[in-house]
Amino acid sequence: MAKVMMKGNEAMALAAIKGGCKAFFGYPITPQSELPEYLAKHMHKHGGVFLQAESEIAAINMVYGASGAGARVMTSSSSPGIALKQEGITYMAGAQLPAVIINVMRGGPGLGGIQPSQADYKQVTRGGGNGDYYVIAFAPEDLQETVNIIKEAFDVADQYRNPVMIAVDGLIGQMMEPVDLDIEVPKRELAEKTWATIGTYGKRPPVNINSLFLDPQGLENHSWNLAKKYNTIKEKEQRYEMVNMKDAELVIVAYGTMSRIVRSALEELNKEGIKVGLLRPITIWPFPEKAFKEIPESVKGILTCELSTGQMIDDVKIANNGKLPVGFFGRTGGMVPEPEEIIKAVKDMLGGLK
Amino acid sequence: MSKVVFEKTKGLTNKEFSYCPGCTHGIIHRLVAEVLEELDILDRTIGISPVGCSVTNYEFFNCDMQQAAHGRAPAVATGIKRVRPDNIVFSYQGDGDLASIGTAEIVHAAHRSENITVIFINNGIYGMTGGQMAPTTLVGQKTTTSPYGRDEKHCGKPIKISELLSAVPGATFIERVSVHNPAHVRKAKKAIKKAFEVQIAGKGFSLVEFISTCPVNWGMKPQDALNWAEENMIAYYPLGNFRTPEEDDK
Repeated sequence: MAKVMMKGNEAMALAAIKGGCKAFFGYPITPQSELPEYLAKHMHKHGGVFLQAESEIAAINMVYGASGAGARVMTSSSSPGIALKQEGITYMAGAQLPAVIINVMRGGPGLGGIQPSQADYKQVTRGGGNGDYYVIAFAPEDLQETVNIIKEAFDVADQYRNPVMIAVDGLIGQMMEPVDLDIEVPKRELAEKTWATIGTYGKRPPVNINSLFLDPQGLENHSWNLAKKYNTIKEKEQRYEMVNMKDAELVIVAYGTMSRIVRSALEELNKEGIKVGLLRPITIWPFPEKAFKEIPESVKGILTCELSTGQMIDDVKIANNGKLPVGFFGRTGGMVPEPEEIIKAVKDMLGGLK
Repeated sequence: MSKVVFEKTKGLTNKEFSYCPGCTHGIIHRLVAEVLEELDILDRTIGISPVGCSVTNYEFFNCDMQQAAHGRAPAVATGIKRVRPDNIVFSYQGDGDLASIGTAEIVHAAHRSENITVIFINNGIYGMTGGQMAPTTLVGQKTTTSPYGRDEKHCGKPIKISELLSAVPGATFIERVSVHNPAHVRKAKKAIKKAFEVQIAGKGFSLVEFISTCPVNWGMKPQDALNWAEENMIAYYPLGNFRTPEEDDK
């Protein structure tokens, strides 16, 4: 299939169908509502289930049930709705259930606003609910990358039996871009879901989907088993892009829409002879710590750019481990910067470093 | 030659119940399990355990089970049933779970007429957390969080779930039963059977509410608790059928 012009939310919905999604449960919220609307129209044509739940809480618990019954299942929401889903997400992590969750991020805290934001970074990357767990979180920067990752995400979720979140800001959801939905994505070797509750049919003993361990030793064992899994994910699933690193004086760390604005800024800076690289996390959990080992010796500092007041910067500082000075530039509340603002932040930081 | 006159149902595992002496969970578990066996649906049934005293009942029911977050069992059941419509799906929930934190989920499962069966246990108290007031606690009843007795001016009158859900157009079958004596145990089993038959026939949402006891947190001996349930609970929560499929009414 050739490239087609599609709105982000609709392309994400179609990507889910192409990724084998067989059930969707969601609740309307701006700026992601076109996604469930598209699935309401098309899911049944692909043998799938679409159901609008009474709340985000109900939706994620429907996802829990459907996933526990072996289905490839997805939900989508936006920041405050994702906050409501955290109960179900931690239960799914505890019960080791796969699912894909799309978060079209908007400004917060509270009801916040409906414009694009990256202020959910900590909600997304710190588990978000109670207990020792993480969700695997992708933060693509354009629609093509987003649809490719959504198609792959169902395999990733199944492989690790863990929720996978796609965290995009409202711009990616709302913008129209040319996109090819049929680009092949890597397939993973997946085990049969022998744990799924589909009825015994006299063929096996009953199975149970559960996150309850009343015996503390049992819960400790379970938690360390999860930790082992998360360590494997940290080792194998870090994904990032390094741009313009050769002889760079400064490295910008940015993801999502912010990294696209940074790219424009880099072009301008390059014309002025100022060499700045971009370290673009594609996974924000696991955070691409490996990328920081590839930062060349020429780099004198790191500038973190976010659509927030500064959340990813904590991970940047951990990965940097005190090696280089770390600066910050951010816009938030739905305000999106012009490249010139980033150029100024770069020059200010470089001026301070000299 | 000895003859077997009573056998444990295949619907239950050999795991010993964890319930307090005199608690009626055991009776209700057995009734549900017997019905699953008698209707020959045990091997295609998926049950949902709640949060509450019966939180570990996945160890007791001899079928596939999912443990749900507090109050969310009807949503979990919805997720399962929508992707596996040929399976039989039931949730088992107490009054804290269903009548308090999970009111949205139960009302909307009924509203959509999800083709599931709900076993609802009403003993008017939070058992597992140590005897706190439930939405179903009777006026004047003392609990650890209504130490002077439930005052309706302070926290309202007890909620009547069967009556409330009967007002939801999607609710297909609603019946309130009790297990305080053998005659009512038999009636209760008939209601459970009917509820599952409604699901098997694809007729939509079914719920059986059980008047139950909590001797430990009520501070009563088991027999006194059964008597108290009969005299006080049933007086406020009348037994009987509230909704049945239309074709049966003709």
